Order: sequence, then structure tokens, then C-alpha cells
Amino acid sequence: MNCIIILLIYVLGAVATLASNSKNAAKTALVTSLINAVIALILTGEYLNGNDVSFTQQWISNPNISLSFVVDGLSLTMLLLTTLLLPIIILASFNTLYSKANQLYSLVLFMAFAMAGTFLAQDGLVYYIFWELALLPIFFIGLLWGSDEWKIRKRVMVTFFMYTFAGSLFMLAAFAYLYTLTGSFAWSDLSKVVLSTKEANYIFLAFFLAYGIKIPVFPLHTWQANTYEKSPTIGTMLLSGIMLKMGIYSILRWQMPIAGNVSENILKTVIVLCIVGIIYASLIALRSNNLKRLLAYSSMAHVGLVAAGAYVGNSTGYQGSIIQMVAHGFVVVGLFYLADIIYKRYDTYEIKEMGGIRSQAPKFTTFFLIIMFASIGLPGTFGFIGEFTLLFALSEKELLYAVFAGTSIILGAYYMLKMFQNAVLGSTENKVFAEVTTKEYFVLAVICVVLIGLGIYPKLLTDLFIQ
Amino acid sequence: MSTTILLLTLIFPLVGTLINGFWGKHLSKKVSGTIATMAIAASFVTSCLFFAYIQGSQEPVKIVLFEWMKFNYFSIDFGFYFDQLAALWLLFITGIGTLIHLYSTSYMSHDENFSKFFTYLNFFVFFMLILVTGSNLAMMFIGWEGVGLCSYLLIGFWYKNQDYNNAAKKAFIMNRIGDLGFLVGIFVTGYLFHTLDFIELKEQSFLAPTLGIATMAFFIAATGKSAQLPLYTWLPDAMAGPTPVSALIHAATMVTAGIFMITRLNFLFDLTPDVQHIIAIIGAATALMAATIALVQNDIKKVLAYSTVSQLGLMFLALGLGAYEVAVFHVITHAFFKACLFLGSGSVIHAIGGEQDMRHMGGLKKHMKITYATFFIATIAISGFPPLSGFFSKDEILLTAFHHNIVLWVVASLASILTAFYMFRLLFLTFSNKFRGTEEQEHHLHESPSAMTMPLIILAVLAAVGGLISIPGNSWLNEFLKPVIKNNAASHPHVLGTTEYMLMGLAVVGALVGLMVAYFKYIKNKQVPVNDNNVSGLQKLFANKYYLDDIYQSLIVHPLNFFGSFFKNQIDGLINGIVLSFGRVPSELSYQGKKAQNGNIGLYLFAFVIGVCGLLYYLFMCY
Amino acid sequence: MEQVLQQIGIDQYIYLAILLFCIGAFGILYRRNAIVMFMSIEIMLNAANLLLVAFSTYHEDANGQVFVFFTMAVAAAEVAIGLAILVAIYRNIGSIDIDKLKKLKG
Repeated sequence: MNCIIILLIYVLGAVATLASNSKNAAKTALVTSLINAVIALILTGEYLNGNDVSFTQQWISNPNISLSFVVDGLSLTMLLLTTLLLPIIILASFNTLYSKANQLYSLVLFMAFAMAGTFLAQDGLVYYIFWELALLPIFFIGLLWGSDEWKIRKRVMVTFFMYTFAGSLFMLAAFAYLYTLTGSFAWSDLSKVVLSTKEANYIFLAFFLAYGIKIPVFPLHTWQANTYEKSPTIGTMLLSGIMLKMGIYSILRWQMPIAGNVSENILKTVIVLCIVGIIYASLIALRSNNLKRLLAYSSMAHVGLVAAGAYVGNSTGYQGSIIQMVAHGFVVVGLFYLADIIYKRYDTYEIKEMGGIRSQAPKFTTFFLIIMFASIGLPGTFGFIGEFTLLFALSEKELLYAVFAGTSIILGAYYMLKMFQNAVLGSTENKVFAEVTTKEYFVLAVICVVLIGLGIYPKLLTDLFIQ
Repeated sequence: MSTTILLLTLIFPLVGTLINGFWGKHLSKKVSGTIATMAIAASFVTSCLFFAYIQGSQEPVKIVLFEWMKFNYFSIDFGFYFDQLAALWLLFITGIGTLIHLYSTSYMSHDENFSKFFTYLNFFVFFMLILVTGSNLAMMFIGWEGVGLCSYLLIGFWYKNQDYNNAAKKAFIMNRIGDLGFLVGIFVTGYLFHTLDFIELKEQSFLAPTLGIATMAFFIAATGKSAQLPLYTWLPDAMAGPTPVSALIHAATMVTAGIFMITRLNFLFDLTPDVQHIIAIIGAATALMAATIALVQNDIKKVLAYSTVSQLGLMFLALGLGAYEVAVFHVITHAFFKACLFLGSGSVIHAIGGEQDMRHMGGLKKHMKITYATFFIATIAISGFPPLSGFFSKDEILLTAFHHNIVLWVVASLASILTAFYMFRLLFLTFSNKFRGTEEQEHHLHESPSAMTMPLIILAVLAAVGGLISIPGNSWLNEFLKPVIKNNAASHPHVLGTTEYMLMGLAVVGALVGLMVAYFKYIKNKQVPVNDNNVSGLQKLFANKYYLDDIYQSLIVHPLNFFGSFFKNQIDGLINGIVLSFGRVPSELSYQGKKAQNGNIGLYLFAFVIGVCGLLYYLFMCY
Repeated sequence: MEQVLQQIGIDQYIYLAILLFCIGAFGILYRRNAIVMFMSIEIMLNAANLLLVAFSTYHEDANGQVFVFFTMAVAAAEVAIGLAILVAIYRNIGSIDIDKLKKLKG
């Protein structure tokens, strides 16, 4: 079995979905994503047995570019996240009837193709191509199926596109410069390159612009809340669940190994920025009235912690950020799904207009509780393992970092419980909230099982990347 | 000792949780309540088996299930450690837990979410057991946060009332502040000693410069969970939960977790005397402060809540003085009489239809004989009259304080005199004189059913005789805890001299004074507390809880909200503006440049010719 | 051939060419009628042609004259297309005054 099969199946699936009619599009997409989830699990098995599942093929000789897709612990974890989360996301979208569904799901699969490619590619330029390719589908998904007026939506999506795209160009420049040094784009060559501190500083900052915007790190985050709010739920899930992990993955894969000897001051500044972002986003989430925006800022706070851990650069930070990427992926998809379910019933994202759900839908409330507490890192859930490891990594670097970043567990509890109290608890007079359907139950149950299961036995996943 | 039996202790409550959680709706209330109670009772049985085992063999049992987390220089096991300390807590968690479950089957019988209540209650016991049996700090933290979760769920059990939800939220968040301390403590410990395992820590710990940070952080965690200054304000609010919850979680078990944790880590705290001093001072201050607030409370449960805070303060005083076994002793006796008091107050509240204000009670003695008798016993126990349990444990604390620092002794003595006063005030206002409620309420007054009085009787008996486990001079408890506590008092027992007997006598006299004042005020003169708005002076300060809640509100909550709004409305817009300006500058430039492109061909040609001329000039003249 | 240049010096040709070119350039700048502008362009082209021929003789090299033939051919094609465009414009807006052709403004 070869890892490139996953990419091919995604492309084939995208074409097949486009060709099918609107009715069957979602099912075709679901089947494709399920096939790939199975293949990814098989690949994991083969990888653990020591088989080589990589793919390398010379593409262009001058400049020296090869189509090289390598599977290692980090890539495989991200691949698993993508392939396993995608069926959940697609299944979660069954709640909504989209017009031109075949185009939408085709774009979704295409995006999965690009993201999987980003996680697998070991050649800098191929990686860059996939990185940019992932941006196109989500741009159109948000633009064509998003909410709100066309004009506002267009401005939001174009801002998002231009912002992330502009950041990425700096990364391309960094790759070009690295090519002049090594004559190769291959990761194996680039990670061995010896840079002077000055060079490392510039390359580090160029990468940071690309990744900091994607993640997003304070103060490069302003596209995020708007984009999350205006995108359709499926787009928000793809963005927050998988796509922003591309940024953190890239820190671990490209930025730190290549520009690791960046000056200590820059590194500290970046970590401090991440931590400032955690507190900043938490406080904004505290004052958000719109559920989707609240979740967007909460996601930013969590990812800020992941980025800080990734930039610490020690082995604890490395494993912590991988763990938390997976945990956050499932948590955030779950949270946005919960928000979507509420929206389907109450037709609003305004927290003030909700309430009285618990008395009508106890099952829904239980799921809400589990996912919410996983999000604020309650021990026994996977979110805790991630936050614990990340904060520990920060404390190894500097105890105060851990203390300040740790305020997120207090603030996180504050805004989440406040939201929970206003949105779910309390009483309502005339609003009807139907209990979760079987399909919704299934999706939420899968997410909860993953979160709790990995929280109790994390080795299932962490054995992939911890030696 | 078979590990299966030990694990069963943990598994029973979990099974109860799962059964009631998944199928509780389809079960009748009777079945559901029985299952929950039986689950805890089964745990109690296995706990007793374990207790018998460890009493005989003295050999702790460590069970490692699997490796939970792994870092490059150490790993954390998912494991359990059953030793003497855990045995004590196991016994009274499951023992009192069983009684309170039994009590709840009757107390909650009219609630629509009956099975959910027992789900949460069983779940709480499960986490509490993990807390006390975890083999390392991270495992303990699972229980530590888990009980916080259950506490949150149970305080806000009547979720339709947003005030209750506020109280639940407050409890969780205040606890989380402490939890951050716990995490910081874990990080420093892990970094220093490369292990979190209690056994290894005990062997490997040494005095490192940053160890003080760790113990201080652990203490902050304890102030959160055990409701000490400055984080205690959540506990009185937590009385919003059903009364059995207050009895189990907010009096007997969860709030003692901080004491358990510090006792567990006694070898670390012994290395940092500065932190111990802070603990002692905070403990004494909390004891006195909470006692003064309790003087003027009129809500029956609030009085008990502040009393709990005050008693916990005394325990922390003992911890700070290095007398861990004394603190543990008081935890146990306190669990008996405070659970009894809470359940008794629940019985009262149950009888008069949810009324909690003591000004509308009175004269219940006639109607509720068993409740009154048990309540009376528990009250004299907590007030420290010999030979009931509270006398022994409190006296040990006072003795220890006297030997270390006379100021601390004075403060602690004052707190216990006040305890006697407000407890008898509570007793007299509730049970003596005439009934002050409505006629309809009086008509309904009745003694509670046997499911509720049974636990009361058992707890009252325990409250009476519980002190026997550690009578001065011949303490079974000190011997039992010897392997757990490094500097055990058993190795240097108190000599019971004249000073000690004098002090005991003084304490009893103090309690008597408290009793007499309450008697004259509330029985002889038949005073009833006035409305909260009409109090003045010191009383007003007490009634307003030293304005601590208001201070937090204006110093922490308001600024947070203010900065949240400020960031949301101003800063985010500003940053967004800067980002968008990167797009606007080129756009503006091109807009200006566009004006030159006015479509006039003549102008284009003119510009063209001028341009060519300029170029030619440059080429010919400058080279 | 050389006699020609002996009788009238090469510089005279250059002056004439410059003169012609300037007439053409000014004609383009001043006139607004598209056809007149076309004629001016032709004058400029022919100024260049004149120079090419003159230098071709001066250097005794036929290349220049070959170029002139090319230029004339291109100019003819250009005129054909240009006039066709003008006719089309005239049909559309009824005028070939270039001040009225401002549709291309930014």
C-alpha cells in the first residue's frame, strides 16, 4: 500500500462527486472519505510494522523538484486526523440541504486532497503547491454557500484569501532562498542546511508570516472570526478542524527544523505573542454574543497554546502540539456541530436568544457537556492530555509562560460555562428543541468516544510519534 | 490483597453511574436509587476488606494499569496506590456516601430528574475515589478536577434557576484557579524530580530552590478545593445544590481533598517551612473570618457552610504546623458531625417545604424528635464538648497551635468559641421556642421518613464516639498513619501535663461561654435576628462577608469584562484596520493613478512624445 | 550615387528628415482629426525612411534600402487596418474626432 493512493482516491472522489447528481453527491463524498479513512488505518498498520509506504518520483530536474510523499509519525498522525475527521464532517453536514451539492462536496474532497498532500509532501515546492491549493476550495465554499449578504460575504472571503495568500508568498520566498543554498527542495536536504543566525532570523520570520496567519497567532488573526461566522458549517469545520492544523504542522515540520537556530529574542517574542493571543482571544470570547464567533475565538485561544508549545521546540512541546492538534480537531468539529444543531432548531446563533434546551433535550445536553469539558481540558478527555503536555513544555522553557498560558484553563472555563448556562440551561417558554436524531447522535457519540477513549488511553495515538 | 477487589472499589460507583446514566430514565425511582446506593455500599464493603487487610499487614498496594503519558525523561502511569491514608478516606467516603445516598432516595423522591441526580452522585464518588487512590499527582488531578465537575453539575442541579447556575459556575471557576496552581505544582515537581509518583517522590525528593514554588502552588490548589482564603467564596454559594449534595460534597468529602493532598505530600511541605507558615496563618485567618461571618447568617445552610469553611481553616492550621495526623483526625470527625448537621438541616428543610431561613423556623423540637436529637448531638460535637468527637480533634489542633505559636492558638480558640455560639444559635433558632412560619407550613410539619432518619442516627452515633480513634496519649490513628507521614507525632507523643489539661479546660469553658450566650440571647430573651438591611457596625461587615465578593467583582470580574469588551470593540477593529490598510494603500494609489488615464488620446500622445524626448536626451546627453 | 551626396550633403538629408519628423509629431499633437493624424504618422514614417535611404547610400550598404521596402509594406498594412477601424468608429459614433473617443479611460 502506498500513501499516494489516498491522494488519488480523493481526486477521483472529487470528480465522481462532481459528476453525480445533487442527491447522491453527499453519499459519494461520504463513501470516498470512508474508503480513505480505512486506507489510512491500513497505512498506519503497515507503518507500525515497519513497511515503507512512501512515494518518490522525480518531477522536474531543473529546478530540482521531485514528487516526494513520505510517511512518518508526524505526517501519519495528521493524515489520520484528516481522513478520520472528514467522514465526520461530511456526515455532520447531512443536516443541511445545500444547493448544487455536487459542486460543494466535490470542493470538499478536493480540499481534503490538498490538505492530505500538504501533510505528506516532503518536497518544499510540492508542499507549497498543496498548501496554496487547499486555499482555493475553501474560498469558493465560503463564497458560494456562506451566510449573510453576498457583498459582505465576498469582502470577508476575499480578505481571508488575500491575507493567507499574501502570508504564504513569504514562505515561497524563503523556499527560493533555501534552494539557492542547497540546490534542492527536499526536506531531508533543507533540514540539514546550516544557516547563520541572521539568515535563520529572516527565514523564520518569513515562515512565521505564513503560519502565523494560518493558525492564526495574535495579531494576525483578524480574518478568522469573520470567516468562521460567514462560512457554512461544513466550511467552518474544515477550516478549524483540519486546515489551521496545516500551520502548526508546518511549524513542526519545516520552520523549527530549518530555522531552529533563530535568535532567542525572536523565538521568545513569538511565544509571548502566542500567549498574549490566548488571553486576548479568551477575553473576547467572554464578551461574544454570537455562538459561532465565540467558538472561533475559543479556537484561537486553544490554537495559540498549541503554537506556543510548538515554538518551544523541545520534545515535550513537539508531542504536546501534535496531541492537542488531534484533540482540538475533534473538539472544535464537535462544538461547531453542536452550534449547527442549535441553529437548525432555534434558527439563531445569538446566545441570548437560546436557552431552555436542557429540559427538552437531555441527550443533546450530555453531548454538549462532554465536548465542552473536553474543550476546556478536563482530565480524562483527550484535551487534557494535550493541554497538560503543552503547559508542561512551556514550563520547561519558563515557568511564567506556563502560568500565563495556564490562565486559559480558567478563562476557558469561564466563557464556556457562561455560554453553556445561557445557551443550554435556564428555561424557555415557547421555543421547541427536538432531541438529537439518530444521525446526530451517531456523529456526536463518535466524537465523544474518541475524546474520552484517547483521554484515558492516549498511547493508542501517541505511540505513532513518541519513540 | 487481590487487586481485583481494590479495583472493584473504584468500578462499583462507575457501574452505578453508567447504569443510571444510560438507562436511568427507564428505571423506576426505587430501582434507580437502590442501584446507586448499592454501588456505593459495595464499595464500602471492599473498602472495609482493604482496611482490615492494611490494618494487619501494613503493606500498601500499588496497581499500575498502563503507561498513561510519556515524556522524554519520565512517564506517568495510570495507576492506583492504596495505603493507610487512602484507606481512611475510602472508608469515610464510601461509608458516609452510602448513608447520604440512602438519605437522598427519600429526599429527592419528588424530583423529576431523580436518576440523573444519582448518576452525578455516583460519578462524584467515583472521582473522589480516584482522587484518594491515584498513584501519582496526575492521577490525583483526574479525581481533583472530576469532583469539581460533579460539584458543578450538582450545585446547578436545579438548572432552571439561573442563580443556581451562577453559583455552580462560580464554584467551578474558583476551583479552576486552584487547579492551575495544581498544574504548576505538578510541572515544577516533575521538572525537579523527574517523577510524579508518590512513592518515588517520597524517596527522591530533596530541597531544591524552586520547591517552595511547587508547594505554594499546591497550597493554592488546596485553597481552591478546600475553600480557604482567598478562594473560599464559592462554598457558601454552593449551598444552592440539593442538601444531600452539600452534605456529601461540600462538607464531608470533596472539600477535604486539599487536606488529603497536603498530607499525601507531607514530605515536600516539610522541606519548605516558609510555605507551612503561610498555610498555618491562612488556615487560622480563614477559621476566624468564616466563624465571624457565620455569626450573622440566617440561612440554615449558609451557617453550616461558613462553619465548614471555619473548620477547614482549623485543619489547615494543623497542616501548617506539621501536625498532619491531627488534621486528618479532624477531617474524619468533621465528616461525621458536619454530614449529620447538613442532613439534619435537610430534614428540616424537607419538613417545612423548602424554607431555609431560620427566622421562619423555631419550635421544631416537638415535631421532629429524631432530627432534633441527632442535630443536638452533632452540635455539641462540633462545639467541642467532651467526650464527643469534636472535642478530641479540635483540642489536638489547639494544643499543637499552643506549642508552636501563641497568637495562632488565640485565633483558633476564638474561632472555636464562636463556633459554639453560632451552632447553638442555629440549634435554638431552629428547634426551640415557637414556630414562626406560616400556618400552612406548621400544618405540614412532620418527621422525615426512616430512609432519612436512619443515616442521621448512624452519623450522630459516629459523631459521638468518633473521637475514640485518637484519644490523647493513646492514639490509634497516629500509629496507623505512621508509614504515611514522615515526621509522625507518634514518634514524639504529647506529654499530657498540667498545661495540656489546663488548655483542655479552657477550651471547654470557652465552648460553654458560647453556649450560654446563645442560650440567653435566643431562649431566655427569645430574640430573632433582624433583617439584613437593619444591621450596623461590625455585624454589617460580617453580614456582607467582609465585602470579599464585591471586591472580587470589582477587582477581577469587571476588569475582565471590560478588557473583553475593549479588545472586542476597539483593539480587534484597530488590528483589522491595520491589516486592511495593507490592501487599501495600493488601492488608493491606483485610484489616484487612474485619473491620469482619462482617455484623451492627445494627452497620451503628448506624454509619449515627451517621454521619448526625455529618453533620447538621457541617452545622448548623459553618456 | 556619390555624386548625389556630393551635391547635397548627408547632413541636409538629416535636417530634412528631422523637419519632416517634427512636422509629423506636431501634427499628431495638434490635430484632432484622426485622418489627419494618420497622415502625420505617415509623414513620420517617411522621415525615418528617408534617413534609412540616405544612410544606406552613405555607407554604401543596401540593407537600409531593404528595410525601407519592409517599412513601406508594413505602413500600407497599417493604413489599411487603421482606416478600417476609423470607418468602423465613424459608423458607430458619427465622428472621428479623437476627443470624443474617451471610452478607454481608467
